[in-house]
Amino acid sequence: MAVAQASITDRRLWTFHGGIHIPDEKALSNAAAIESIALPRRLLVPLQQHIGAPARLIATVGEQVLKAQMIAEPTGLVSSPIHAPSSGTLVAVENHPVPHPSGLTAPCAVIETDGSDSWAELPPPLTDYPQLDPERIRERIRWAGVVGMGGASFPTSVKLSPGTERQIHTLIINGAECEPYISCDDRLMRERAGHVLEGVRIMHHLLEVKQVLIGIEDNKPEAIEAMRLALTETDMRAYTEIVPIPTLYPSGGEKQLIRILTGKEVPTKGIPAQVGIVCQNVGTAAAVADAVLEGRPLVSRVVTVTGRAIANPRNLQVPIGTPAEDLIAHCGGYRETPARLICGGPMMGFTLRTAATPVTKAANCILALTAEESPDPGPALACIRCGRCAQACPASLLPQQMYWYARAKDLDRIQDYNLFDCIECGCCAQVCPSHIPLVQYYRFAKTEIWSREQEKRKSEQARARHAAKQARLERQEQERQAKLRKQKEAMAAKAPADPDKVGQQKAAIEAAKQRVAAKRAAATDEPS
Amino acid sequence: MKTFIASSPHVARVNRVDRIMLQVLLALIPGVLAMTWYFGWGLLINMGLAIVFALLAESAVLLARGRSPLPAIGDLSAVVTAVLFAISVPPILPWWLTLLGILFAIVLVKQLYGGMGYNPFNPAMAAYVFLLVSYPVAMTNWLTPSMLAEHHLSFMESLRIILDGSLPQGLTWDAITSATPLDEMRGKLDQNLTLDQIRQSPLWGNFGGRGWEWIAAWFLLGGLYLLWRRIITWHIPVSMLASLLVCATLFWTLDPQTHPFPAFHLFSGAAILGAFFIATDPVTASTTQRGQIIFGATIGVLVYVIRTWGGYPDAVAFAVLLMNIAAPMIDHYTQPRVFGHGGKGI
Ligand code: SF4
Ligand code: SF4
Repeated sequence: MAVAQASITDRRLWTFHGGIHIPDEKALSNAAAIESIALPRRLLVPLQQHIGAPARLIATVGEQVLKAQMIAEPTGLVSSPIHAPSSGTLVAVENHPVPHPSGLTAPCAVIETDGSDSWAELPPPLTDYPQLDPERIRERIRWAGVVGMGGASFPTSVKLSPGTERQIHTLIINGAECEPYISCDDRLMRERAGHVLEGVRIMHHLLEVKQVLIGIEDNKPEAIEAMRLALTETDMRAYTEIVPIPTLYPSGGEKQLIRILTGKEVPTKGIPAQVGIVCQNVGTAAAVADAVLEGRPLVSRVVTVTGRAIANPRNLQVPIGTPAEDLIAHCGGYRETPARLICGGPMMGFTLRTAATPVTKAANCILALTAEESPDPGPALACIRCGRCAQACPASLLPQQMYWYARAKDLDRIQDYNLFDCIECGCCAQVCPSHIPLVQYYRFAKTEIWSREQEKRKSEQARARHAAKQARLERQEQERQAKLRKQKEAMAAKAPADPDKVGQQKAAIEAAKQRVAAKRAAATDEPS
Repeated sequence: MKTFIASSPHVARVNRVDRIMLQVLLALIPGVLAMTWYFGWGLLINMGLAIVFALLAESAVLLARGRSPLPAIGDLSAVVTAVLFAISVPPILPWWLTLLGILFAIVLVKQLYGGMGYNPFNPAMAAYVFLLVSYPVAMTNWLTPSMLAEHHLSFMESLRIILDGSLPQGLTWDAITSATPLDEMRGKLDQNLTLDQIRQSPLWGNFGGRGWEWIAAWFLLGGLYLLWRRIITWHIPVSMLASLLVCATLFWTLDPQTHPFPAFHLFSGAAILGAFFIATDPVTASTTQRGQIIFGATIGVLVYVIRTWGGYPDAVAFAVLLMNIAAPMIDHYTQPRVFGHGGKGI
């Protein structure tokens, strides 16, 4: 703490409304250095680990794949490829539970590892990137399948090409890690600060921004020190600053962090680029450095395995696709049966149906909570309108009013109360004395509105299709009529001009008719 | 392995309705003890009756609606209503009026509107006003504070008065009851006496009626405790008391002989109790922060207006009920600026 206090800069910080102080529980795992785990026998690699169009499988089932070999390619601009996290046989592509709030299953490439962990041939390092065409660097990052590793999993290369119409002036690196329990970014910054900064440098180069701000909550003094120390050894000091920020959940939310560091508010329904800012996570920065400087695609990540139900909480470097149960086993298994198994943090993470669910690029934490840590809140009581939720809401919403309309299924009124500005941080539900699962109501309402809009779009499309078909039929009919008319006119125009020809035609038709009749007569005469 | 699918957040919740209500009850203890000290056992007897009636009434309604009464009883909100009601009515109110008031509060005002969280009116205050309008004599039968009383009612004497209305041998109502300071002040002012003349009476203490001023002070202590424990926020109590104080100071400076001094208004009647314990009832108050300031401040003004020019000497109940009606509208017009919706940040 003293370290952080001593090194606080005079940079002005802003605040956001609300937020909550919760026990950070990081001490369970933050002293454990990142370690690798034994190669799992089977990897379940989901084919979609990013926001955007799913990747298309390019390897064939039964094929021997090498580590870092691309097995699925991106299918659009906002898409990302998938690489084999280790060498082995691609035995199947089948549905498995994936880390997703809905507990859905999704197609996964199943790889039986061969234990040799042999690498495919990697593309050359681009250590001279400042001299290269930025497009080439972006292409490399895209090839490497780098996506936002703080949870959003938006393809990084897209975020690093903001286009020319928007002037980006600030790159914000998110090292806040405000969710309790999680320590993977903390360890990454403590142990690989230089590598993280290399990635930041590349992103700075691509975005051509004036300044880079690296925000870290002040409950991570060691990470702050390590990053500061690493920074002094680079040429980035002129434009980069490590900024300790007060520990307050959810200061690591993208919009909240931007507000804290710059005082700017990302407009509703907008993106940070609209206020000249791009925000990236520290893990993403490290992955960018891997891709550009070492030609390595994103095939593994650091995951915190923690919670009091875990025997020895740790931070692990894990191949993507490793089932959560392998991670838990590496940490000595369960100390006691967990009440909840969660992917992500306790505030925004979601429960896993099964411990066989694999780790994805966005999975920063596997959290096994005991019944004591995560008590059943009991049945929800009526809202007493105490306003505690509104006091805590970082988006300055009125959660009690949104709840009221969500319950009444009044989807229009709930949007008047700006439902879509809700970031689902869970602060409101956390402080609600009636233990109402508020976030669940908001997610439900959002899904309802989306599906309603989709319905509307669909029916509009159907109507448009119908109208288009009608128009086409009508047009065809008109064209046919017009053609007939033209033919008739043409004939009428020709007829008087050449009466002889008409007469000849008639004679020819007559002759033909007679021929046919004669043929018929002959045919009937033939013996059958 | 069995883990259950649940919505985030996944850690223990920090607040509970019953704990909040319990804190409110705790915070009322100093004021209640002070009232008992000055007015005798009647308050506690009535309070006990009110709590029992309230729990029975709530259970009966919930059973009739086919719900389990336990969770609702467990949230202690009915107990809070009963306690606030008992504090507001005269300590020797006949038991059947307590019953009537509680039935009105719990069955009509609370449960008929859908129960906890749905009632637009503060149940205790609605019941108080209902009884005051229907039984004005019994509802203004306040005891004389102990230091001024000739006779101190024992527990059994209080009980008998409450249960069958019989006074102890040789006592008259006049001997044990007296006007409340607010009544006294209004009455004397209406007789065109000046403040200096009015204050000759032994009824007056340092800044309010004797006894009453200290009861208010103890309720203030409880209110500060609620603020400290963050059970309530400052918005409603501060804005209500401040606006009452501003009104009182304004008229007092204009003419200190016909308008009581500001502290009198603060420490008389239910001003303090109302500011910290009644107007702050979350269910019926405004729920936005700016709205709460408007809500509280308007109550303060209304209290002054009704006390000074209205037909009833105390006004907190009326003012709160009036503002209960306005709360939804206030909420509508005082929505906070949502993050990212205009403003200086962008
Ligand atoms: S915190 Fe819960 S009980 Fe209080 S107003 Fe919000 S939703 Fe209602
Ligand atoms: S979950 Fe939504 S409504 Fe609740 S506090 Fe967070 S942003 Fe506000």
